[in-house]
Amino acid sequence: MATVAAVIASTHHPFYHRASTSTGADRPPFADEWVAKIEAFRQTLTRAEPDVLVMVGSDHFHQLWLDNMPQFLVGKAPVFDANWYNEEREFGLPRMRLAGEEDLAAHLLREGLDAGFDLAFSNELRIDHSVTCPIITLRPQADLPVVPVYTNIFAPPMPRPERFVQLGRAIRQMVESWPEDKRVAIIGTGHLSLELGGPRQFGPHGPDPEFDRKAVAWIANGDVDGCLGGVTLDSLHAPGNATHGFMDFMLMMGAAGDGVKADYVDTLDLFHTMEAYFTWYPEGAPAS
Amino acid sequence: MSKYLLNKFLYTVDRDPELVERYRADPAGTVDWWERDMANTVLNCTAGEKSTWLAFTEPERQALREHDHVTLFQLGAHPFLTLTLFIAMFERDHGPLEYQLAYARAMDHITLPYPDIAT
Repeated sequence: MATVAAVIASTHHPFYHRASTSTGADRPPFADEWVAKIEAFRQTLTRAEPDVLVMVGSDHFHQLWLDNMPQFLVGKAPVFDANWYNEEREFGLPRMRLAGEEDLAAHLLREGLDAGFDLAFSNELRIDHSVTCPIITLRPQADLPVVPVYTNIFAPPMPRPERFVQLGRAIRQMVESWPEDKRVAIIGTGHLSLELGGPRQFGPHGPDPEFDRKAVAWIANGDVDGCLGGVTLDSLHAPGNATHGFMDFMLMMGAAGDGVKADYVDTLDLFHTMEAYFTWYPEGAPAS
Repeated sequence: MSKYLLNKFLYTVDRDPELVERYRADPAGTVDWWERDMANTVLNCTAGEKSTWLAFTEPERQALREHDHVTLFQLGAHPFLTLTLFIAMFERDHGPLEYQLAYARAMDHITLPYPDIAT
């Protein structure tokens, strides 16, 4: 049976690639601290020695569109091309190409359907920065096969937060029942408070630092009940109009386990949004 | 109300470099052409099939023709689509983050709850 080598939850910040590679006058003042934090975070995945990555993210109206919108979708393909023209244009993200792990994708689809999750699937999925940002930060050599799992945190009506937690729990169980002797890291990215295209965007901090403080505590402590008691689909509008991306963090809390404290927690207060990085080791922390 | 069609315009223009430039240079002409020739295209489908019923309301048409991102927000267009396309068109005319902050300041008078973006 497969082993869950690590569960990792992170913000995905499309500007990291440009900030970390810029030099001279173009290099923002916060870049060095950001890079140091990312390199430390990257070690938490490296130490887990994964063979396969399950990558939970959300398409940002790239391939998935309002004429045909799935709530949860598993990518099952031998190859995933990645990043799109408008991400290259706005964020300077490079085009990428990742190998797929079709056997695990098929397992998640079969087991997920049987467990009551009507998962959509795609056999030709071009993935976007919600998956490539954590590849860039956590596994820049991009050498491991992936199974992308897309969630709808973007286009209402969306599933409720409870459903994200349930799917996270199910993904954890399904990975553990995959009959391959492989080490799988489950990695998911979302947002803390975030405003996009509204009056609170691009402020000196995230739009709601108090929400961010509570959210980091919920995640770090594995406080699923506290989190579910503190947010609803409607209340997530209040901290910022793109804060529904927090539901992907809730999915990862489900994958990490109720009441399970993260083994690694770090944050970085940036303009526009707070970065947050969490790693759990279900087998116990590996030697560093 | 045709929030879906507003979003479809923003989405299809944003993903096409030539259309981004065309909309920047000639907003009214681009909107008129797009509504006439493109609005009923079924995306990701065979080109021979079209829808028959999609059209903007006059306030929607006008907001797009005037590059009026504040009104687009108030009409319930998806804020991510509007922001992404408008950054593509106008960030180049400004210093770092200047456009994004001006975009936000123009919406300072808008309070919660924001307009519903459900389609």
